[in-house]
Amino acid sequence: MFQNQTATTAQTGTITYLEAIRAAQRKLLAEDERVFIYGQDIADFGGAFKATKGLAKEFPGRVIDSPISEDAQVGLAIGAALEGMRPIVEMQFADFSTCGLTQILQHAATMFWRTGVPCPIVVRLPSGGTAGAGPFHSQSMEALYAHYPGIVVMTPATVEDAYTMLLEAVEIDDPVIFCEHKYLYYHLKADGLPDVALPTGKARIARAGRDATIVTYSAMVHESIACAEELAAEGWEIEVVDLRSVKPLDTDTILGSVARTGRLLAVGEAFPWGGVTAEVLARIATEGFGLLDAPPMRLNAKDTPVPYHPNLWGTHRPTARTITSAMRDLLRS
Amino acid sequence: MLQTSPATRTEARPDENQTSTLTAYRWMILARVLEEKLASLYRGGKITGGVFLGKGQEALSAAIGTALRKGDIFAPLIRDMAGRLAFGESVLEAARTYLGSRLGPMRGRDGNIHRGKPRDGYYAMISHLGAMVSTVTGGLFARRARGETGVVGATCIGDGATSTGSFHEGLNMAAVEKLPLVVIVANNQYAYSTPTARQYACEDLVQRAAGYGVAGYKIDGTDPSACVEVVHEAVARARAGSGPQMVVADLLRLVGHGEHDDFHYMNHALKLAPIGRDCLDVAREQLIASGDATRAQLDTMRNQAAAEVESACGTALREALPNPSEEDWCALSTRRLSEGGQQ
Repeated sequence: MFQNQTATTAQTGTITYLEAIRAAQRKLLAEDERVFIYGQDIADFGGAFKATKGLAKEFPGRVIDSPISEDAQVGLAIGAALEGMRPIVEMQFADFSTCGLTQILQHAATMFWRTGVPCPIVVRLPSGGTAGAGPFHSQSMEALYAHYPGIVVMTPATVEDAYTMLLEAVEIDDPVIFCEHKYLYYHLKADGLPDVALPTGKARIARAGRDATIVTYSAMVHESIACAEELAAEGWEIEVVDLRSVKPLDTDTILGSVARTGRLLAVGEAFPWGGVTAEVLARIATEGFGLLDAPPMRLNAKDTPVPYHPNLWGTHRPTARTITSAMRDLLRS
Repeated sequence: MLQTSPATRTEARPDENQTSTLTAYRWMILARVLEEKLASLYRGGKITGGVFLGKGQEALSAAIGTALRKGDIFAPLIRDMAGRLAFGESVLEAARTYLGSRLGPMRGRDGNIHRGKPRDGYYAMISHLGAMVSTVTGGLFARRARGETGVVGATCIGDGATSTGSFHEGLNMAAVEKLPLVVIVANNQYAYSTPTARQYACEDLVQRAAGYGVAGYKIDGTDPSACVEVVHEAVARARAGSGPQMVVADLLRLVGHGEHDDFHYMNHALKLAPIGRDCLDVAREQLIASGDATRAQLDTMRNQAAAEVESACGTALREALPNPSEEDWCALSTRRLSEGGQQ
């Protein structure tokens, strides 16, 4: 029997997180001639996760199979962006984007600052862990990209955000890293797709509370909500802040929440050293120290590669159970 | 359908008679004189950072610069002053970048060889070698998607860059996409201090062209008329729809990697061999022998180049330098998403 399975996020609804990403791309291709999608196995095959299923047929010549060349995929996107296009690069897995780091971090991210010419590319990263995926198909890389100037890093946690933020990503004149969570692809459902959304850079109060704040993003939003539900049965009201984008990071919303609750737990699925949760704690410690009634806490994956076996994987990353345990400590402190 | 950026060159370049060695020589001598001046300014402490000279590579670089037209894409590398000037960069903008003028295209944010004006099709290289191969490929991809025909994109690299993954990925991708990319390989015998024997094990780099399914050309990079003839032919074939072209030119870098490097590791046998010839000397001999120019005319060209260089450097030296308190410390063009104010 597998241990520590992830929180059930399956909802009733008709549209999955993955379908929202596909719908956004279809809308973009239909409405903006500058848009094309370049990635491995994405044309007739429809992508490893089927995020582009049917789009190559619907938009001939604009959803294109790439050689296995992440560096050149991003390089091609940069050149096309300089000439006025709006390319979307699909990385097959976020993990493989390390092969494109030079073009993303050194080239795309420096372009506007160096030359004054914007570089509007979107790189889609199927991110995060699923049971059995192992060290090279499970990584969460948002912190690495967010470290560099010149990049926007989106981490949508909901079907609605997956849709509207991808639409906005293509509109933005700068390089956007779009971290879409593979576990949410199929497990998260909504009844429809919204026409309006919060702008990128604004966090969302996913669940209101008054006793403590969890600041998190992507799939960990749902683990954190499960934690809040469990503790609600004991009378605690936990506020969950969904960052939506980790860069820019909405410090104001976090400060506002901590001002209400006095307690902060930052949760992320990525590796523990540095990263988004460390940035959140650093900002609250420096800008909101006086708001805190207890030392802030953070919870991340363990400092090892992501393990393959579900028994190990379920313990490697935070889950509703470990978030709840950390929160109990925070509430006692 | 797409918005095209207006190509606004700072200096008109002659569009006629670009194919002659004499035309190439004009850019070669201008590049040589400008780089000699930059080296002098560097030694005099007027330039911060590196100065990297193209001495010995001017013929090859001018050949590609003169083969390209307005509206083409060019991503030069370290030793392409001649090609940059021939493609339309002004001496003043080159000088401004080296001297840190805030009026230069890089505004003091980047320097020396890392300069360009992407909206003019003149891409600004990054230091990571091979990166521009796929980038130019992407520019060509966009032009084709817009329905533009007859456009060529070119980039220059050295023997060292052919060892990078980016070179391989980019050239393979250009071949798969059948785009009009021309890659100019200056096989200048050294990548910084590393000789070619430690860089590749094939008999000749041009053999690689077949492996990518692209046309390959081999030339003597010290022979200006051969450089012009073959590079122009490669560009013409790319323009005509024959897909990527790769030109490998054997030559010797006649100076250190940069002006900080005394080149003590150079193999003097190479310097004494035909590969060690100075392409400017060869060009003079060729032009005089063919009757295309007299010695006096070539001397006049050099003097004119020197006057242009002195004037441009004098101007750039007098211009204001970047001011940190006036600098816009914002790496995003979308200001509302910037975190620049956070720290």
